[in-house]
Amino acid sequence: MDPAAAVVEPSAARSAALAVEMRKVNKWYGEFHVLRDIDLEVSKGERIVVCGPSGSGKSTMIRCINRLEEHQAGHIFVEGEELTSDLRQIEKIRSEVGMVFQSFNLFPHLTILDNLCLAPQWVRKMPRAEAEKVAMSYLERVKIPDQALKFPGQLSGGQQQRVAIARALCMNPRIMLFDEPTSALDPEMVKEVLDVMTGLAQQGMTMLVVTHEMGFARAVADRVIFMDRGEIVEQAAPEVFFNAPKSERTQAFLAQILNH
Amino acid sequence: MSTNTNVAEQEVRRPPAGAGPVAWLHKNLFSSIPNTILTFVGLWISYKLIAGVVDWAIIRAVFTGSDGDACKVPDVGACWPFITHKFDLFIYGRYPEAEIWRANLTFLLGAIGLAGLMIPAVPGKPAFAVFTLLVYPIIAYYLLTGGIFGMPIVATERWGGLLVTLVVAVVGIVASFPIAILLALGRRSKLPIVRYSSIGFIEFVRGVPLITMLFMASVMLPLFLPEGVTFDKLLRALIGVALFSGAYLAEVIRGGLQAIPRGQIEAGDALGLSYPQKMGLIVLPQALKLVIPGIVNSFIALFKDTSLVLIIGLFDLLGIVQQSISSDPKWFSPSTPTTGYVFAGFIFWIFCFGMSRYSQMIERRLSAGDKR
Repeated sequence: MDPAAAVVEPSAARSAALAVEMRKVNKWYGEFHVLRDIDLEVSKGERIVVCGPSGSGKSTMIRCINRLEEHQAGHIFVEGEELTSDLRQIEKIRSEVGMVFQSFNLFPHLTILDNLCLAPQWVRKMPRAEAEKVAMSYLERVKIPDQALKFPGQLSGGQQQRVAIARALCMNPRIMLFDEPTSALDPEMVKEVLDVMTGLAQQGMTMLVVTHEMGFARAVADRVIFMDRGEIVEQAAPEVFFNAPKSERTQAFLAQILNH
Repeated sequence: MSTNTNVAEQEVRRPPAGAGPVAWLHKNLFSSIPNTILTFVGLWISYKLIAGVVDWAIIRAVFTGSDGDACKVPDVGACWPFITHKFDLFIYGRYPEAEIWRANLTFLLGAIGLAGLMIPAVPGKPAFAVFTLLVYPIIAYYLLTGGIFGMPIVATERWGGLLVTLVVAVVGIVASFPIAILLALGRRSKLPIVRYSSIGFIEFVRGVPLITMLFMASVMLPLFLPEGVTFDKLLRALIGVALFSGAYLAEVIRGGLQAIPRGQIEAGDALGLSYPQKMGLIVLPQALKLVIPGIVNSFIALFKDTSLVLIIGLFDLLGIVQQSISSDPKWFSPSTPTTGYVFAGFIFWIFCFGMSRYSQMIERRLSAGDKR
C-alpha cells in the first residue's frame, strides 16, 4: 500500500470524530515560511487555546481552517471534508465554521439585528421572520437583546464583540474560531466577552481560540497549544502546560506573559 | 494676580452663550475692525449684483413684442419676448406641435416616478423603483418615438431643446451607474483579464475628450455595423455619453471601495457569503455612501456635458438657443444673445442645483443613523 495515500485520506471512523484535521500544513508569505508542518487534530466538542508570541503563525493557522488564508502544502479536513480551491465547498465549510475577529468586523451600515439576520437570510435562505427569531434568541444569550435596533457604532467594544459572537452563532456553526477576541477591548470589557465564550464552551461547542487570556485557557481549555516561528512547539492539557512546560521556548514565553 | 485666585475659588461656570439677533450680528459680522470692513464690502458687492440683475431683467427689460424690433430700443435690458415666443422650441425642439402632449406626459410620468423614488416620506418605494427603472423607460421610449397605438412616429432628428438635454442626461446617468460599478469592481478583480480590460477601458476613455468620444460614437460605431443598418444619431450619442461618464464614475466608486476595511470582506467570507452577496450587501452600500459627493459631482458634470452633443448635430437646450440667436433674423437685436444664454444658463442651474441639494439631504439622512 502506498503510505502517502494512507496519510491523505482520513479513515471514516476517525473523520467522524474529528472536527478539524490538519496534516503537514505549510504556508509561505512570499519567502517567509509562516506555517511549518502543522499537524493538528481537533475532536468534536474539544476546546483548544492557541498561544504564542506575535508573528508565530497562530492567527494564520486558524484562518486556514475557514480558508481566509490559503495553505500551499499539506491537507486540511473540516468535518471530514477536505478544503480545496473549490469555491462552493469553501463557502459551504465557511457557513458551518463561525469566526470572531479581533476587530469585531460588524457591518457598520446595518443595525445589530440586520447584522445577525444577513447570513441566515442570504446563505441559509431563511425567511426574515425566522431569521429575526433566531437572531433575538442569540442576542438574549449574549445579554444585549435591547440593543437590536441600534447600529454597531453606538455600542461599546465589549457589546460589539458579543454581537459578533451572536452573529457567528446565528449560522448554527459546528466549529467556532476566535482570533484574539479580547485583544482590542478595554480591560473592563474583557470579562463580559470571556463569560459568553465560557458559556459557549459549557454547551459543548468545538472551539479554537487564539488568545493571551491565560485565565480563560486554564478554566476552559481541554488543550493548550503553544506556537512559535510557525511550528506547534508544545501541546498539553492546561494543568500540565502551565505547571510543567517541557520546551524551553514555552517556559520562556510563559515566564514573560505570567510575570508582569 | 489676586483676581485670578478669586476666580479660581468660585465655581467655574460656562460663560453665557450669546443669544438673539444682536449678539449673532456682533459675533459673526462685526467682531473686529477687519470683519466689519469685510461685512460692508460684501454688502456693497451683493447690492451691486442684485441691483444689476433687477435692473437688467425687470426695469430695463422688454416684456412684449412679436419680433426683435421691439427690443431695439436704446439701453435695453433683457428681451423676454424672444424667450416666450421660442419657449416651445427651447423645450421640445422641432417636436410636432400636435404631439407635444406626448413629451409633456413623459416629463410628468418621469417627475412622478422620480419624486416617488427620491422623496423619503413617500411610501411604496419598491413599487416606485420598479416603475421608474423598468416600466417608465419603456413607456417613455414608445411615447417619445411613437409608432404604436396610432401615435405617429417622431424621428429623433426632430427632438431638441430641454427634451434632448433631459433624455441624454437621464439615460446617461442611469446607464453609466451600473457600468461604473462593474468597471470599479472589475478593476479590483483578482482575475487578470477582467482587471486589465477594466483598467484599459477606464484609462482609454479618461484619456480622451468627450467630444472625441461623441465623434467616435457618431462616426465609428456605424463602421462596425453591417451595411444598411442605420443607427440612430441620438442613440449613438447616448452610448458615447454613458461610456464616458461610466469610466469617470468608476474611478469615483473605486475610491469608495478602497476605503472599506479588509475586515469587512473577511467577515462576509467567514459567514459563507458569495462574491455578489459580499459586494452587494456589505461593500457597495458602504462604499457608495462614502462617495455620494463625488457621484453627484459626476452627474452634474454629465448633465452639463450634454450640451456637447451639439457638435454631432443634436440640438440640446443650449444648442437650440444658440441656433435661434444666430440664425433667426426676425429676432436679431442687441440683447437677444444675452437673454437667450441667461435663460439657458438658468435652466441648467436649476437642475444642477437641485441635484446638489438633494445629495446633501441624502448625505445627512444616511449619516444620521450609524454615527455615534
